[in-house]
Amino acid sequence: MSGDSVSVWMIIGIAVIVLGFAALVFLSVRRSHGFKRSFFASPYTLWMILFTIVPVLLISYYAFTDSSGALTLDNFRNFWDSNYTVNQLYSKMGPEYEVLITRGYVNINILVYSLWMALLCTAICLVFGYPAAYFMADRKLKYGAIIVVLFIIPMWMNFLLRTIAWMSILEDSGLINTVFRLLGLPQAQLMYNNTAVLLGMIYNFLPFMVFPIYTSLSKMDNRLLEAAQDLGANPTRTFWTVTAPLSLPGVVSGITMVFMPSVTTFFIPRILGGGNTMMFGDLIENRFLFQGNWNLGSALSLVMMALILLSLGILRRADPKSEGSGIV
Amino acid sequence: MAEKVRLIDLKNISKEYNNTLVLENINLYIRENEFVTLLGPSGCGKTTTLRIIGGFEHPSEGVVLFEGKDITHLPPYKRKVNTIFQKYALFPHLNVQDNIAFGQRIAKVPAAEIKKRVEKMLELVDLRGYGKRRVEQLSGGQQQRVAIARALINEPQVLLLDEPLGALDLKLRKDMQLELKRMQQTLGITFLYVTHDQEEALTMSDTVVVMNNGKILQIGTPKDVYDEPVNSFVADFIGESNIYPGMMLEDKLVRFAGYDFPCVDKGFGHNQPVDIVIRPEDISIVDKDAGQITGTVESVLFKGVHYEMMIGVGELKFKIHSTVMQEPGSRVGLEIIPFNIHIMRPMPAVDEGTDG
Repeated sequence: MSGDSVSVWMIIGIAVIVLGFAALVFLSVRRSHGFKRSFFASPYTLWMILFTIVPVLLISYYAFTDSSGALTLDNFRNFWDSNYTVNQLYSKMGPEYEVLITRGYVNINILVYSLWMALLCTAICLVFGYPAAYFMADRKLKYGAIIVVLFIIPMWMNFLLRTIAWMSILEDSGLINTVFRLLGLPQAQLMYNNTAVLLGMIYNFLPFMVFPIYTSLSKMDNRLLEAAQDLGANPTRTFWTVTAPLSLPGVVSGITMVFMPSVTTFFIPRILGGGNTMMFGDLIENRFLFQGNWNLGSALSLVMMALILLSLGILRRADPKSEGSGIV
Repeated sequence: MAEKVRLIDLKNISKEYNNTLVLENINLYIRENEFVTLLGPSGCGKTTTLRIIGGFEHPSEGVVLFEGKDITHLPPYKRKVNTIFQKYALFPHLNVQDNIAFGQRIAKVPAAEIKKRVEKMLELVDLRGYGKRRVEQLSGGQQQRVAIARALINEPQVLLLDEPLGALDLKLRKDMQLELKRMQQTLGITFLYVTHDQEEALTMSDTVVVMNNGKILQIGTPKDVYDEPVNSFVADFIGESNIYPGMMLEDKLVRFAGYDFPCVDKGFGHNQPVDIVIRPEDISIVDKDAGQITGTVESVLFKGVHYEMMIGVGELKFKIHSTVMQEPGSRVGLEIIPFNIHIMRPMPAVDEGTDG
C-alpha cells in the first residue's frame, strides 16, 4: 500500500482548506469592515472539513479504487463475496478450476452478526434503561439526583478501562469464579463468548439509553399526567396514553445513541470475546491494520456508513421534530 | 333559589405541607347546578381546595363527601368530576379531536358514538372544522375551548376550573366569562371556579367564597360579599374601598373623620372601635358648604367611565368615583347616605393579609 500517496493527498487537502479558510476570512472582513458573525463558526467549520469531510472523501476514494489507483467496484464485490478475488483467479485459470469457485460469506456473516448483536444490545438497553430512567425521573424520589450521579460516574472512566475491568470480574481467576470456588460451586466459563461481548456492550452503552429517556421524562409536564387521570385514565392507561408517547423522542434518541456505537463496536469483542467473535468494527480494523488492504477497509466503512444513515432515516420518521436531543 | 341537593361537602378540611398549614378547617358545601367561585389572593389555598376535590391532593384532616359518600381517598380517575387546568394541559401529541375524545376512549365508548359526541362538542365550543388541527397551532382562546370540550364531553357532574381564563387578554376573557356562564346554565353542570379576579367572581358566580391564608372568610352571593363584606380584608379584596378606623357611638350612629354619621347598623354596643368601609362610588360630591364634611381635591385620574379623585379630609383620604370632574385644589363637600356606610368589627391583627 502506498503510504506516499496518502501523505500527498493529505498535504493537498490541508493546503486547500487553509487557503480556502484564509480566503473566507479575507472576504468576510473586507465586505463588512469587521468580523461577521459567521466568522466565529470558522474554527468549527475548519474542524469539520479537516476531520469529517476530508476523511470521508479519502475513504470514498480508496473504496472505489484498487491498489494501483484505478477506478473499480471490486472492493464492494469483495465485500459481498469474500472469495471474489480468488474466484476471479480460478475462473482465469481455466474451466477445470471452476469447481473451486465458492461464494465467501465471511463479511456478510460478520455484518449480520454485528447487526444482530447491536439490535439485541439496543433492545436489552431499552428494556432495562426505560424503567431505570422512569424511576430516576420520579419527582417524589428523595435521592433522585444521587442516583443520576451514580449512573454518570462510571462514564467518567475510560471506555477501555471499563471493558478491561469486566475481564477481572468474568475471567477464570476473576471475582465471580473466586466466589463460586469459595462457595464450592463449579467454575463457569464466563469469558470468550457472545454473552460476555453482549454484556460488555450493554454495560458500556446503557447510559446512552437512560439519559435521553430520563431527560424527556423529567421535562414532561406533570399536569398532563394529572389531566389524563382526571379524564378517567388509571395509572397504567396514563402511562400508555400519555407518558409513553411523550417520551418517544427520548426513546428514539436513546435507540440511536446505543445502536450506532453498538453496530460499529470493536475492541469489546476482542477483549471479552477473546477473538472468537468478530464484529464489523473489528473487521474494518483488521482489513486496514493487519491486512493492509485500505481499499477493502474503506469499502467496508462505506457500507457501514450507508447502513447507519439508513437506520437514522428510519428513526427520524419516529421523531420528525427531533425533540429527543437533535441526534437524529 | 330553592334548596337543592348538596353535591359536594367539605368537612373540617385541613392541609399541611412541610409543617405549614395551607388550609385550616375548611367547611364548604356545593349544591347541584350551582356556580361557586373560590376567590382570594395567590397562596390563599383556593387551588389546593380545588385539587383536594379533584383528588390530586389529600387533606391532612377532614373528609370530602360526594353525594353523601366519602371520597376523601378516592383517586382522581374514579371521581365524577373533571378539571380544566391552569394553562389547559392539553396533550401535545394528540390533535384537537383526539384530545377531546380522550376521556371517552378511556371509558370505552364505541368509536362511532365518540365521533358524534366530539362533533357536538366542537360545535358547542365554536371550533367546528378544527378537529384535525394540532393543539399548538391554536390560539390561547381556542386552546381554552378545547380544554372545556375535553372536560365537558364526559358529562361530569362537577366541573372544576382552575383560573381558566388567566392567560387570556381582557377582551377574550370577558367573552369567555359570558360563554362559560351560558354553558353552565344550558348544560346544568355544577361549576367550581377558582380565580383571584374579583370582577370575574362577581360576574359569573351564584356563590362567592372569599379565602385568605387558608381560611374561608365569607360565603355569600356576589351582592352579599360586595355590599356586606364581613371584614376589611374582604371589603378591600372585593372592589375598591375606603376603609377607616372609627367608633360606634350607639346604634345607627358612627364617628369617623371627625364627624358623627348616621348609619343603618346596630348591635355593636356603645363606643366600640369598628372598621368603616365605604365604596368610592357611594360618596357624593356636593357644594363645599352643603356636605357632611369638607375636603380638598388632591388628585384627579381619568379612568374611562369615571374620574377617580382623591380628596383629603384632615388626615384621611377619600377615594371617590364620579362622572363629574372637580378641579384639583378646590374645596368640596362630601355626603354619604346611611345605607352606604358599612360597619365591621375590626379584624384581629394576625389576620392581616400578609401572604403574596
